[in-house]
Amino acid sequence: MSGKHTVTQLQDIASQVRRDIVRMVHAVQSGHPGGSLGCADLLVALYHEVMEYQAKPFNMDGKGEDIFILSNGHISPLLYSVMSRAGIFEVSELVTFRKLNTRLQGHPATHEHLEGVRIASGSLGQGLSVATGIALSKRMNNDPKTVYCLMGDGELEEGQNWEAIMFAAHNKVDNLIGIVDFNGQQIDGSTKEIMGFTEIKDKFEAFGWLTLDMDGNDMGNVVETLTKAKGLSRHGKPVLIKMKTDMGAGVDFMMGSHEWHGIAPNNEQLAKALEQLPETLGDY
Amino acid sequence: MVKIEILDQKDTRSGFGAGLLELGRTNPNVVALCADLTGSLKMDAFKKEFPERFIQTGIAEANMIGMAAGLATGGKIPFTGTFANFSTGRVYDQIRQSVAYSGKNVKICASHAGVTLGEDGATHQILEDIGLMKMLPGMVVINPCDYNQTKAATIAIANYDGPVYLRFGRPKWPVFTAPDQKFEIGKAWHINSGNAVSIFCTGHLVWKAIKAGEILAEMGIEADIINIHTIKPLDKEAVLASVAKTGCAVTAEEHQMNGGLGDSICQLLALNNPKPVEMVAVNDSFGESGTPDELLVKYGLDTVNIVDAVKRVMARK
Repeated sequence: MSGKHTVTQLQDIASQVRRDIVRMVHAVQSGHPGGSLGCADLLVALYHEVMEYQAKPFNMDGKGEDIFILSNGHISPLLYSVMSRAGIFEVSELVTFRKLNTRLQGHPATHEHLEGVRIASGSLGQGLSVATGIALSKRMNNDPKTVYCLMGDGELEEGQNWEAIMFAAHNKVDNLIGIVDFNGQQIDGSTKEIMGFTEIKDKFEAFGWLTLDMDGNDMGNVVETLTKAKGLSRHGKPVLIKMKTDMGAGVDFMMGSHEWHGIAPNNEQLAKALEQLPETLGDY
Repeated sequence: MVKIEILDQKDTRSGFGAGLLELGRTNPNVVALCADLTGSLKMDAFKKEFPERFIQTGIAEANMIGMAAGLATGGKIPFTGTFANFSTGRVYDQIRQSVAYSGKNVKICASHAGVTLGEDGATHQILEDIGLMKMLPGMVVINPCDYNQTKAATIAIANYDGPVYLRFGRPKWPVFTAPDQKFEIGKAWHINSGNAVSIFCTGHLVWKAIKAGEILAEMGIEADIINIHTIKPLDKEAVLASVAKTGCAVTAEEHQMNGGLGDSICQLLALNNPKPVEMVAVNDSFGESGTPDELLVKYGLDTVNIVDAVKRVMARK
């Protein structure tokens, strides 16, 4: 799948995806709406415009396809909504999110054989290593496609990331594009307050990566930056996009605070959120 | 007691290296990753012959396991190599989430397990790795007993689709199994038939169990000696059939009593046919520096300990 949508069309998909996210989280009164809403534009751009892949049937090895790995697995409602809206599995399955016997586990898993998921994530800091491994397998197979990996900014506190960052640069894994969701928030407060790092690009550059800035909540800029990143890939270095987002983007009362990291809206809050998010593709 | 000849003296890790090299030649999907211990793991020959399929990860085991999961996702058969301590305890959550829960075809190959690593001491002598690995749903756990069995096991696990933990060791050790044996995962090796006691043994202690069997035979005690090279899945039929015949069992392994082979045997027997068991294993203790032989004696993992355990368990019948 690789679409040629206008920015407005992609924004319409993102609006529906945001509706799906708040409805899914509300329905089970659990889940992580903040980061899911913040990264919605990125995942819509990747799955509905930029990545080239086969939606059906799903092939685990992804040979000849672009691959996306979600390292910060707690934004699973976003991943599920975007994948279903891209036709990887049925949109009607979103209603099962986090319920007993679902394939849409609280955090993404392969265990229930949900199409589109290639690795379990949730315990943080592991996705970039997995993405690097997939990128190596593509290199060995002379597969020209790209591996994308999304990480949270708080997640970079996990040391394993820096092992992978070091490895990927040293080994010129240049079919790998990492994206850090720089929303500045983590569960216990702002990232600045908890582990005080802001100079993400400097750190990646010091390790030997190419870096780009992106406004993760400006669809035009997202598509443009992802295209630019793809142009920079295959030039001997992995590429990192520092993606500025607002946690809770699209729902005014959820924005700009870590408080909506992992709590669900009540009925009134749901109604208020949905008023701000036009139903563009039909609710599940 | 059947006569078991010593064919040679070789380290089990070299059996892994030889098996890996053979796999390189026969299976183009096999790739190897090593965390700065290529010589110790005997992966040099594979690295030399297949540099494009060898990945040096540096001293970064967590990333190594994650990348192995990624390589498996992409259709490769990754074999990771480092010491047993750094293959398991250090990377437990990476194995749990990215390999076991994700059902990835990763082969975690671990050398220098147990006290026989010797002088490096307890920081490196992991005695908990079998327990850690066998608790993970879907993980196969194998602890071969000599060079030939390790080589055969290495080759066999490439043909099994799923996560495997393969544990071997550092010291030169008697080679006494057949050079070109076929290794079947989960199928125990019946070394000697007897009716007096069952001895279930794994890893380096299989040779000690054979020596114990010879001493016992001289005393008129014929032991049913069974090599459980695959701790998970356990060959339940072999264990239950043996104990049905003998009525008591001794287990022998270079591992903690908690979580090891003995614990698996006790669970199986308690649920199916409760009989007396004695366990030759490390009793809730860390190791220390010393030669492998000194350490086996000090920690009660020697031939005499198996003989004594047999006497104790037979008295409890």
